Parts: sequence; structure tokens; C-alpha cells
Amino acid sequence: MAQVNMVQSLNQTLAEEMERDPNVVVLGEDVGKNGGVFRVTNGLYEKFGPERVMDTPLAEAGIVGTAIGMALYGLKPVAEIQFMGFIYSAIDQIFSHAARMRTRSRGRYRCPIVVRTPYGGGIKAIELHSESTEALFCHMPGVKVVVPSGPATAKGLLTSALREEDPVVFLEPTRLYRMIREEVPEGEYALPLAKARIVKEGKDVTIISWGSMLQRTVKAAEQYDAEIIDLMTLSPFDEETIFASVKKTGRVIIVHEAARTCGLGAEIAATIAEEAILYLRAPVMRVTGYDVVMPFPKLEDYYLPEETRMAKKIEEILRY
Amino acid sequence: MPEQVIESFEVERLRILNEKGEADSSLMPSFSPDEIKKMYGLLVLSRIFDERALSLQGEGRLGTYASFRGQEASQVGSALAFDPSDWIFPSYRESAVFISRGYPLDRLYQFWSGDERGMRVPDGLNILPISIPVSTHILHATGAAMAAKIKKEKTAAAAYFGDGATSKGDFHEGLNFAGVYNAPVVFICQNNQWAISLPRERQTASRTIAQKALAYGFAGIQVDGNDVFAVYKATKDALEKAKEGGGPTLIECYTYRMGHHTTADDSTRYRIAEEVESWKEKDPILRLARYMEKNGLLNEESKKSIAEEAGKKIDEAVSGAESMPPPDLEEMFTYTYHSLSHRERKEMREISDGPG
Ligand SMILES: Cc1ncc(C[n+]2csc(CCOP(=O)(O)OP(=O)(O)O)c2C)c(N)n1
Ligand SMILES: [Mg+2]
Repeated sequence: MAQVNMVQSLNQTLAEEMERDPNVVVLGEDVGKNGGVFRVTNGLYEKFGPERVMDTPLAEAGIVGTAIGMALYGLKPVAEIQFMGFIYSAIDQIFSHAARMRTRSRGRYRCPIVVRTPYGGGIKAIELHSESTEALFCHMPGVKVVVPSGPATAKGLLTSALREEDPVVFLEPTRLYRMIREEVPEGEYALPLAKARIVKEGKDVTIISWGSMLQRTVKAAEQYDAEIIDLMTLSPFDEETIFASVKKTGRVIIVHEAARTCGLGAEIAATIAEEAILYLRAPVMRVTGYDVVMPFPKLEDYYLPEETRMAKKIEEILRY
Repeated sequence: MPEQVIESFEVERLRILNEKGEADSSLMPSFSPDEIKKMYGLLVLSRIFDERALSLQGEGRLGTYASFRGQEASQVGSALAFDPSDWIFPSYRESAVFISRGYPLDRLYQFWSGDERGMRVPDGLNILPISIPVSTHILHATGAAMAAKIKKEKTAAAAYFGDGATSKGDFHEGLNFAGVYNAPVVFICQNNQWAISLPRERQTASRTIAQKALAYGFAGIQVDGNDVFAVYKATKDALEKAKEGGGPTLIECYTYRMGHHTTADDSTRYRIAEEVESWKEKDPILRLARYMEKNGLLNEESKKSIAEEAGKKIDEAVSGAESMPPPDLEEMFTYTYHSLSHRERKEMREISDGPG
């Protein structure tokens, strides 16, 4: 098995699925000749041609809206939105159409598009290039939200997303694109959606995280007997794995870089409160971004949860 | 009844100054020698600002930066046509518009170094912070122009955007509203032939961008964007028309992005060197310099001293930007709302206990 980074892993996964399934097409801004601004689609244009790898005009609603039409006609479109901060004009298409085509048509039509987009902070970028607004999409019934945390999960999850029956918003943590290299299984490799992964077993505290925060969480928890869960599919999320862990540890910390208010942490905490509160020995705690507009590079490091902030929270919860 | 032509259109292209530096006197606005020297000075200052930004970025002293090299005339020429009371809605590649309007140079560098305090527009300067989401701010210019009309004030608004921006719905909505409400707004498209890796021909199937205005019921004009006189004249005319109740105009500045899209881009992946090379001879500063030399407004000596003076201003701006103290952590919270929310106050206490 070869050591690859997340960009290479996503790239190979796309290429392999495109080989296997002639209906898979890629569309987005700069995804063709340029191979995507992060090079995730590098080489696909040369390999599969302009009909299957489309450099579109600059229009996010246009990209997702036409992807929906292609999906209705039987293709499997993979739409790239260049940064999550630019997805908002496409939300109309995702929420008003992709998410409800199945419901609206009483099952006659479905809309299995994949919308890929880099997301999250930590790359010292200009405004709107560090967004982490996954909770918006989790709130919308009919859309699945998936986030890998490294090259291997990227392959497994993207493969599954590409074979899904329903629309998937696939969020790629920009900070991780080239940060981690690891072995990625060769050939077909699919990780089921809606299943979380226990990264490390432990007894004292459960820490739930995803995306680029996972790697920091693992580091922060090194000194502790913590059980770490990589949620991977944010919606619908894997309650069973969470409950099982809560029953074991009695303490839960949720870590996400998105702002605290109405972040996905709130939903997870409420679910635990409803169904597993009697197993808790401490209040559910959160380490999150603050309730502010994501700041520019000069203050970004203070916004994003990092190891010291996480360790402090672990200490706090262990005092119960 | 036979088929009838019920509507037909023509699209004009304006050029006053050719590449040899010869001006068409029938079209030439009346500029004093000082006004022309001022234009030249701003073009040079903008060029040096841009070059310095690129070198600072290379040294890790600025963040990702969008160079406007090649587009100086499209920006300086148009910006100089505004009255101070007019409102400008820029995108990220218009540093020379900021410079021409007298925006503090150190603040621009501060902004590009990743410090948002640099976009605190000085009071009295009617320009908005740059819009990072492409095309979305075009509607704001239309709305501001509608407001000026409602308030019966003789001001106009203008939006700057690229060729890529014309593909988004916001562009079409902004133009349509402007046409319907006959708003005093000027849409200034910097058609630099590329939107990152997408060439202009692949952005739209129409022959020009200017003609898109026609569908919304007003005039569009293409100007030679490397001709500072033509850009100035087209903008001035459009502003006058707007303020006299004549409605909006779309100006397509036909120019070229000489550099990479940003410092994070590698344009050799998608465009050929010969194309870039062919635009060098059309350089906007070279062209104005040739004109001025022919007309006794510039010589080797004054050229040198203008460049030196601009260089000094840039040196001062860089050291000004770099000597600004880092932002306080509270800065992150201060501007979210008019006053801090209860929760923000709690979060602020948490953060001022030290990072972590
Ligand atoms: C809504 C939106 N989508 C995508 C981007 C990413 N992006 C930044 S600049 C750019 C190309 C813009 O091209 P153009 O409008 O021609 O302006 P130019 O960069 O050439 O000045 C893209 C796709 C963005 N900033 N905003
Ligand atoms: Mg452009």
C-alpha cells in the first residue's frame, strides 16, 4: 500500500470510480485543465475528456442546478464548489430541490449528486475561505453530510458517497489536504455512511470530533484515557456508537471548529441528554469556534480550537 | 405579414490612445498637463504597489495576494472619473481603485497581510471593503444607486467585477434591477480575459460582455482597458448620464491579467506564455508614457523621479503596515453585533484567560 496525502487519495478515488462507472461526471470551476485549485481533480480532464470533466462558468447555483438536472437524467454528477464560503448561492438548489426531489415526486425521482467542497480554517486564507458551516446542511432533511479526517477515510467515504442514492455534501478539510500522509487501501474500498469510527478506545471520557479537528483532538488527548470518535457522517450521525461510548465513559466532550451556537455539537449533546443522560457523570462539554465571524489569519489561531484548549476541557470534565 | 426586425443593436468599442502613444484628438477629453501627470503618477504608484506586494508575499510578509498588473489603466482611469460623493463597490483585484481614491497605502498592505483592520475604510471615503464572493456585491451598487435616486441626491454608484462575475445570477439581477429602476449606477467589468483558469470564450458564448447590458434595456460599451483616456472618458460619460437621470451603463474594460490569478495560482498550467507576451506591448503605462514623451510631458529624468517618489511612498506604507501592533483578541468579538451578546462576553472571558 502506498503512502498518499488526502488530495492524492481523493483524486485516485474519483479516477477509479470514473473508470468503473461511466455515468460519473465532474463539474465545477477550474476542475479541468487546472485540476482544481487544490488539484483534487488533477489529470481527470486529460484522462476522461471535457465531456466528463467540465470547467464550468463561474456560477455556483448554475453548477449545482445543472448537476441536479444531470442526475435526474441518469448521470452521477460530482460538483465541486471551490470553497465552502461560496456554496451559499447554491443552497437554494440544494435545499429547495436536491434535498426534496425524492419527497416531492413520492419516490419517482431521486437526486444522487455529490457536492464536494473544501472547508474549514487553519490555512491562513482570506475572508470566506475558512468557513465551517456544516450544521446548515445537517439541518436540512434529505441531504447527507460527510467529512473525512485523513487520506484513508477520504477514499472510503468518497467511494460510498459516489454510490449513494441521495444527495451528499462532502466536506474536505482544507487544512488536512497535504498535512497527513498515510496508507490508503488499494482497489475498491468503501466505508459505510452513517457509521462513526472509534479512533482510540478509552475509559474516562468520550471525545467526539470530525474533520481537521480530529487530528488535534487525538494529540490533545494523548495523556488521557480518552475514547475518541471520528463521526465521519455528520448527518445522519451514528447515535449507536456514541451511546455505547457514553455508557462506558460517562463523560462527553464534543469538538468542532464551527461556531458554538447551533453547531452540530448542540444536536449531539441534546441527543445524549434525551437518551443517555442517566449514564453521564458530568455535563456534556464543547470545545468550539467562537460565535463570531471567522477571523482573518492574524487572529485565526485564537479562533480555532487547539490542543491546549482541548486539554483544559479534558481536565475540567475529569474533575467530575 | 412578413417577418419584421423589431429590435437591433450595435456594440461600440472606444479607444483614444493607441499602442504607439498617439491620441485621437476628436475623442480626447480636455485634460490639463497636470491631470495627465497625475494619471501617470497613479499608474506608476499602483504598479510599484503591486510589484512590492508580490515580493513581500514571496518573503512570507503578506498572505495570498491578487495582482492587478496590466489592469492599471482600467482601474486608475475609471476611479479618477468619480466625484468624491459617488459610491464604489469593489472586488478583490482593484487595489489601484483604492489607491486612486486616496486609500491609505499602509492599510492596504495591512489588509493583505491578513489583518482585517486594513479594511476599515477611513471616514469620508465612499468605498466599500472588497467583496471576496465574486459578483455578489453588484446588487449592492444597484441598491445604493436606487437609494440615491429615492433620496434625490445627485450621486452615482459603481461596481467593479471581473469577466467571470458576469456568469453569476447576481450580475444579471443587479443589471436587471438597475434597468427597471433606471438607477444611477455604472457597472465596470474588468475583462482581463481569464477567471482563474477559464478563458473568456468559455465564460460566455456572447461575443462581448458589453452587449449583456442590451438585454436589460440600457447601453453597454467596450473600451480598450489599457487606454487610460478611453476608460476615463467612458466612465465620466456614464456617470454624467446616470446623474442626469439617463440610467445605468455597463462598461467592459478589455484588458489582460498579466500575472497569476493570485500568488496561490500557477497560470502556466492553463495558458501559454506567447499570449502573455503578446500583451506586453499593450502595457497601459508604456502607452501613456509614449504619449507624454511625444507631448513633452515626460522625459527620462522626470520618469525616474516619479518612480523614485512612488517607491518612497511604498517603502513608507510597508513599514507603516509592518509596525502596526497586532490586533487585540477582543477585536474578534467587537464587530459581530452593535453590542456584545451575553454568550460572546462569556467566550471573550474564556479567550482572554490565554490561548487554550
Ligand atoms: C462566488 C465565488 N465563487 C468562487 C470564487 C473563487 N474565485 C475567486 S476569483 C475567481 C475567478 C474570478 O474571475 P473574474 O470574475 O474574471 O475576476 P478576476 O479574478 O479575473 O479579476 C474565482 C472562481 C469566489 N471568490 N466567489
Ligand atoms: Mg477575469
